[in-house]
Amino acid sequence: MNMVKHVPILEVKNLEVKRGGTVLLDIPTLSIEKGEILTLIGPNGAGKTTFLQTLSYLLKPFQGEILFKGEKVETNHSVLEYRRKLAMVFQEPLLFDTTVFNNVASGLKIRGMRKKEIDKRAMESLDRFGISHLKDRSAKTLSGGEAQRTSLARVFALQPEILLLDEPFSSLDPPTRDALLEDLEHILQQTRTTALFATHDRMEALRLSNRIAVMNVGKILQIGSPGEVMNQPIDEFVASFVGVETILTGKVVKKDGGTFFTLVEGEEIEVVGSAHLGETVVLCIRPENVTLSTRTSQEGTSARNVFSGRILRIVSLGLYQKVQLNCGFPLVAYVTNHSMEELSLAEGKEVKASFKATAVNVIKKGTNLRSQLKISIVNDPEK
Amino acid sequence: MDLILEGIKKAFWLIVTLDPEVLGITFLSLQISGAATLISLFIGISTGVMVALSRFSGKRIIVSLINTGMGLPPVVVGLFVTIFLWRNGPLGFLGILYTPTAMIIAQSVIATPIVMGITLAAIQQLPQKLRLQILALGATRLQMVWILIKEAKLPLLAAVMAGFGGVISEVGASIMVGGNIKGYSRVLTTATVMETSRGNFDIAIALGIILLLLAYLINLILTQIQQRERPR
Repeated sequence: MNMVKHVPILEVKNLEVKRGGTVLLDIPTLSIEKGEILTLIGPNGAGKTTFLQTLSYLLKPFQGEILFKGEKVETNHSVLEYRRKLAMVFQEPLLFDTTVFNNVASGLKIRGMRKKEIDKRAMESLDRFGISHLKDRSAKTLSGGEAQRTSLARVFALQPEILLLDEPFSSLDPPTRDALLEDLEHILQQTRTTALFATHDRMEALRLSNRIAVMNVGKILQIGSPGEVMNQPIDEFVASFVGVETILTGKVVKKDGGTFFTLVEGEEIEVVGSAHLGETVVLCIRPENVTLSTRTSQEGTSARNVFSGRILRIVSLGLYQKVQLNCGFPLVAYVTNHSMEELSLAEGKEVKASFKATAVNVIKKGTNLRSQLKISIVNDPEK
Repeated sequence: MDLILEGIKKAFWLIVTLDPEVLGITFLSLQISGAATLISLFIGISTGVMVALSRFSGKRIIVSLINTGMGLPPVVVGLFVTIFLWRNGPLGFLGILYTPTAMIIAQSVIATPIVMGITLAAIQQLPQKLRLQILALGATRLQMVWILIKEAKLPLLAAVMAGFGGVISEVGASIMVGGNIKGYSRVLTTATVMETSRGNFDIAIALGIILLLLAYLINLILTQIQQRERPR
């Protein structure tokens, strides 16, 4: 119906950053849609910061192209113009040694805006982040959470078209972080700001994003919806990083309609999908999909995979417990504190562990990562 | 003991009655050292910021040279400025040796590395990422430099104090390039040296007290500004 060619707000082509022979960043192609929140997730040193700083032309030189609304950012003049449409928040609040209000107004002052307009926009932004009562306070006296709020208010006052967030919450304590995360989520939705959000915390990623890109050593390993990335990790690194605790390698020994059986350490695990007999596959099982019971009968479970095992270790994760089992192969399950008591689980105890054949994600050995990556990128936005 | 007491009494008398000669010397001191400080701020801050922000090989050597310059002995400066301004020296044609201008030049040479060194340290101690944050807020390079200078304003005030304090109390260079000519190039320090050698301790003490008061007053004003700017 729509005959106008669709242009993403930001597009990256063959982006490469090298320093002293080491490739810090290598992103063949990526496009970001208007209003989208894309989370870059990965360990420290994955290239998240390098990517964000390159996107905002803070890190030079680089190879490749950055296209803003389909146009290449090039001459000095347009770099400044382009940068003024972006805004970036760092891990540290990096506030100026002045009042909270002046901090929030600083970006507007840099743009030479009229005082009346500055006052209006700065106050709006302060209100939005619930810190207007702090406006006359010196920025040096703020708590960590207040300071990061000020930092966020400072960039939202600019009404940026694209917001780059580089682990803005990682130095905050959990309650402060949760409160700010909730507000930010709300404000991002309200303002429909396009955002790239770097984090190493997968809970933050799940909460905010439309799409997640898993990064390591300067590359995007997988990109897709949170569900896709969490449930169908493309390789073992992604799997372990997005929180799949059980990663098993086995051989396909039997096929049966829509499912196949994999032999792992002498046990057969049923998996939905197709594979060749004799093929080596990697199975990923998320710990929250594993159910434990102490009953001997298998009644009341539709799970195709039931194994008895011994509890090796129980680690408390706060709201739930991580239970490590030996079922002939290692298996990890998350159990709520409530069921923990109900089942009176303890280290050394024998239990039944069950999980559905659909709860197992298969990674085929020797998969070409690059080709899969391209497919998932091309498929997504151009629909 | 009498000598000291009499001296102090006479000194106060000279100050309280606003002795025209003492007053003239004081004003000239302020003018020359003030001008030299201003010049050193101009050169020192701009160069200091530039060195702090740029990356080049040999930066460490430059930084260590600047830091050495902070302790430049005034007599050595006096010697070289004198040679340059000497009648058949490289700048002899200017004919400004033994003038207040020559003193301003010498004092600027002394104060500039002090201001430059403190500026350099002040800008370098700001978080690295602050520069990126300022640019990311849409600043031009010039705006970024200006914001960084504002962020470093407290240590920069210290640079003003150190620079002024260094030149108002300096005597070696001033006497060498100024000549201590009465009513023309005689300043507080050079006058104190002369009166002391002549045994006129009363005048020497009076000049010494004024010098101390001046140094105190200037620092009091700057400290006041610095403390007012301190966060609550």
